[in-house]
Amino acid sequence: MNGIHDMGGMHGFGPVRREENEPVFHARWEGRVLGITRACSVQHIFNIDESRHAIERMEPVEYLKSSYYERWLDRNIRLLVEKGIITREELERRMAQLTSGKDPAPPHSDAKLAERMMRVTKDRTPYRQPGPAPRFAVGDRILTRHDAPVGHTRLPRYARGKPGVVVRVHGTFIFPDTNAHGQGEQSHALYSVRFDGDVLWGTSAEPRAPVHIDLWERYLDPATPARSTT
Amino acid sequence: MSGSHDAHDHEHGHHHREPESQLSLRVRALESLLVEKKLVASEAIDRIVAAYEEDIGPHNGAKVVAHAWVDPAYRQRLLADGTAAIEELGFGGVDLQVVENAPGVHNLVVCTLCSCYPHALIGLPPVWYKSFEYRSRAVREPRVVLHEFGVDLPENTEIRIWDSSAELRYLVLPERPAGTERLSEPELAKLVTRDAMIGVAVVKPPAAAAR
Repeated sequence: MNGIHDMGGMHGFGPVRREENEPVFHARWEGRVLGITRACSVQHIFNIDESRHAIERMEPVEYLKSSYYERWLDRNIRLLVEKGIITREELERRMAQLTSGKDPAPPHSDAKLAERMMRVTKDRTPYRQPGPAPRFAVGDRILTRHDAPVGHTRLPRYARGKPGVVVRVHGTFIFPDTNAHGQGEQSHALYSVRFDGDVLWGTSAEPRAPVHIDLWERYLDPATPARSTT
Repeated sequence: MSGSHDAHDHEHGHHHREPESQLSLRVRALESLLVEKKLVASEAIDRIVAAYEEDIGPHNGAKVVAHAWVDPAYRQRLLADGTAAIEELGFGGVDLQVVENAPGVHNLVVCTLCSCYPHALIGLPPVWYKSFEYRSRAVREPRVVLHEFGVDLPENTEIRIWDSSAELRYLVLPERPAGTERLSEPELAKLVTRDAMIGVAVVKPPAAAAR
């Protein structure tokens, strides 16, 4: 989708500002949001691609106004509502109950869940899955598709319809464009593709600054040299 | 922590849609509902938060870098298959691609579409990495961005930008600074910063690092 999240190359955001001795979390609630997200993902309530797409679907002005963990919170609520696990009314009611001082939820302990949540920091989530043999090899020249899909995609807007060169064949990975929409994993080849700066940014490109993007084969066509039709 | 938070929001582009107290209440309510539905256990959240606050941080990635500096065969394995090579050192949780700085080549990592970052090796990303400023500009004007971080590379150095768009995470293997031949591997690891492993810093020799 042509979303506000797709920011590569945008002008106007100003200098990068850093915070000295930045804490891991700026407020307690940020850590709780991270933990809730982790609990949802290990229990397969939503997958990584649905999760990213839910953030992309935030109203663009709200997206820009929100901090990172606010976008995560918005995503968690949005997906839990869409999947029928909670309702927005229920959440408002619980907020009111907590304001009046009492948490009606009975305590719940789950050692296995805690273990599963911790394991994610040690074990890879299996995004690498068997799929058809790659069509391209290192050194092949490709052209990215020029398309504006309404759904989730990982081909950034700034790299649509651009020529590039395959620099690495990563193997076969779950395809986000289908996995985000309940259309299956459809795993296939993923490549690292190099784009020269001037191809992406024209005359304003900085010299000697190629951009590499990890792109699925379905985003790519072979770059055939222009041929005379006569 | 949260008390001084509003004061520095504006300094760091770290805006909030609603007041901190309301946000905190909304999150508590969400957690409460999920605990009631037995989908969340609060002590499990406590554990993951503590792990990120105390155990999982740049010191892990720094060990990988220092090991690659002292062991050329490990360096080769790390560049060829980062995922397997970090598992040798007891790290994991990530499909990893390591990119190496060298004379004339500097690497810079960004995620323009969201904020992909090698958590398992260097902890949770700082706010600037997730900022609209960094995400929009690192791919288009890396030299200007690096200058803002105090890094000015020679004009003929190639800057390779890696936009992490898939389920692979990128880690920069920085150049080992001159004058560190006598340092032990743990001493070398202490020189390696988070920013150097993202590519917005270079590793300084010990004298400069101490200043």
